[in-house]
Amino acid sequence: MAKHLQREIENLKKKLLALGAKIECSVRDATMSIETQDVKLAQKIIDNDIDIDNMEVEIEEDCLKILALHQPVAVDLRFIVAVLKINNDLERIGDLAVNVAERAIFLANQSKFNISTDLLDMARNAQLMLKKSLDSLINHDAKLAHEVCTSDDIVDEMNRQMYLKVQDAIVKNPEQIAPLIHILSASRHLERIADHTTNIAEDVIYMIEGQIVRHRAEEYK
Amino acid sequence: MPASALENDINIGQIKSAVSLGQKAAHENKDEELDCSCAVIKSENFSFYYGSKVGVKDITMDILPCSVTAIIGPSGCGKSTFLRSINRINDLISNTHIEGKLLVNGHNVYDKNTNLVNLRQQVGMVFQKPNPFPKSIFDNVAYGPRLQGIKSRSKLQQIVEDSLKAAALWDEVKDELKKSALSLSGGQQQRLCIARALATKPNIILMDEPCSALDPIATGKIEDLIDKLQNDYTIVIVTHNMQQAARVSERTAFFCLGELIEYDSTVKIFRNPGKKQTEDYVTGRFG
Repeated sequence: MAKHLQREIENLKKKLLALGAKIECSVRDATMSIETQDVKLAQKIIDNDIDIDNMEVEIEEDCLKILALHQPVAVDLRFIVAVLKINNDLERIGDLAVNVAERAIFLANQSKFNISTDLLDMARNAQLMLKKSLDSLINHDAKLAHEVCTSDDIVDEMNRQMYLKVQDAIVKNPEQIAPLIHILSASRHLERIADHTTNIAEDVIYMIEGQIVRHRAEEYK
Repeated sequence: MPASALENDINIGQIKSAVSLGQKAAHENKDEELDCSCAVIKSENFSFYYGSKVGVKDITMDILPCSVTAIIGPSGCGKSTFLRSINRINDLISNTHIEGKLLVNGHNVYDKNTNLVNLRQQVGMVFQKPNPFPKSIFDNVAYGPRLQGIKSRSKLQQIVEDSLKAAALWDEVKDELKKSALSLSGGQQQRLCIARALATKPNIILMDEPCSALDPIATGKIEDLIDKLQNDYTIVIVTHNMQQAARVSERTAFFCLGELIEYDSTVKIFRNPGKKQTEDYVTGRFG
């Protein structure tokens, strides 16, 4: 009985890591498509999202099967609950990467428009947070997961600065209002990606330590 | 009379302990730290030996009144030994001795002057296999009160009705109380044994794997009954079914090789146990 459960859990872990790797690629490619104004790459992210959606459904079904058949407890229960939530966050990150790719397609067609370097920095930060949160999951590293939670503030601040810059730019260059709104929108998507990676890190902490650390932003300041 | 039937039959008497105030206070603060002052069963460095072989070793734990405490652990870990020490049913085994103290309602049950009949009046017991007497349903429940000297037919009828109602069996058997108890189903027989234990008005009920011989529907009924009874009785249940321990109990004790490894709220034991040994056992990694 226990061996069956362990086998199921190992399979689930592999599937979640495969999904995580795919999401990491999507976020990385979305960042690159903005940076290089590569419409083809951006379109590939949009087209591949269906695979991510299918993987998410498969993982959720596996979790429900394990809960129904094995009634896991303690560390196994925490793992399944964490996977259910992380799975959801990863899928949302995939959707946000698609949103960023859509902005990249629009911005690529704005020939005279230069991409703000802040946006690229933000994308790199969000990407790094995602990588760390997945590493913390693989290596059961609560310390690394705590680091991810702390990093979220940096991306939040970048998003706030971007808002002010875009507001300023709209006043100065009202003819560029459309690309500027797309930049702001991309910034918002990246900030949301960082938020979802924070959720993943919090779920990893719960899985390892058995403590729910959500809604304790003050502790990371 | 089979020995097991005799064991159930010993629960006679009318002693309702003086812990009612403490019981209520404890019940309202289930999740808080254990308040030992109102513990109805108190084990202090208690060890039980079968000859030179250790049954349980150095057990220190407090069991709260009006709650369900589950004891889990692998076979041979001493959980039944501990349970059976509480009402000294283990005395039926020769060449045994104990160390430490085991207090029930503040009285050390292994004191030389302990009145075993009184003790077993306070501490009822339900066994793994339903063991009704080969008598009518009515006579099974009335057996204990009759031994206590109650002769009035109306009084006995009232006790039988109350006990069967408390054991959630009344509606199923009220029209056939003269029928043999052995004609009941396994689940009904087990509830009849619970009713028989309740008839003598104990304040503690020990259950040694009470559902292991029952199907899921009968198990569900016994579990519902345990949930209802905990409002008025202190229940200690030994079970191999960990889901059952998780469902019915407030606190869980994990025994291994005769030792108490961890004793905490059931939620903690099954969600985030403090000891690795406990986690290995509840997740099935044990051994």
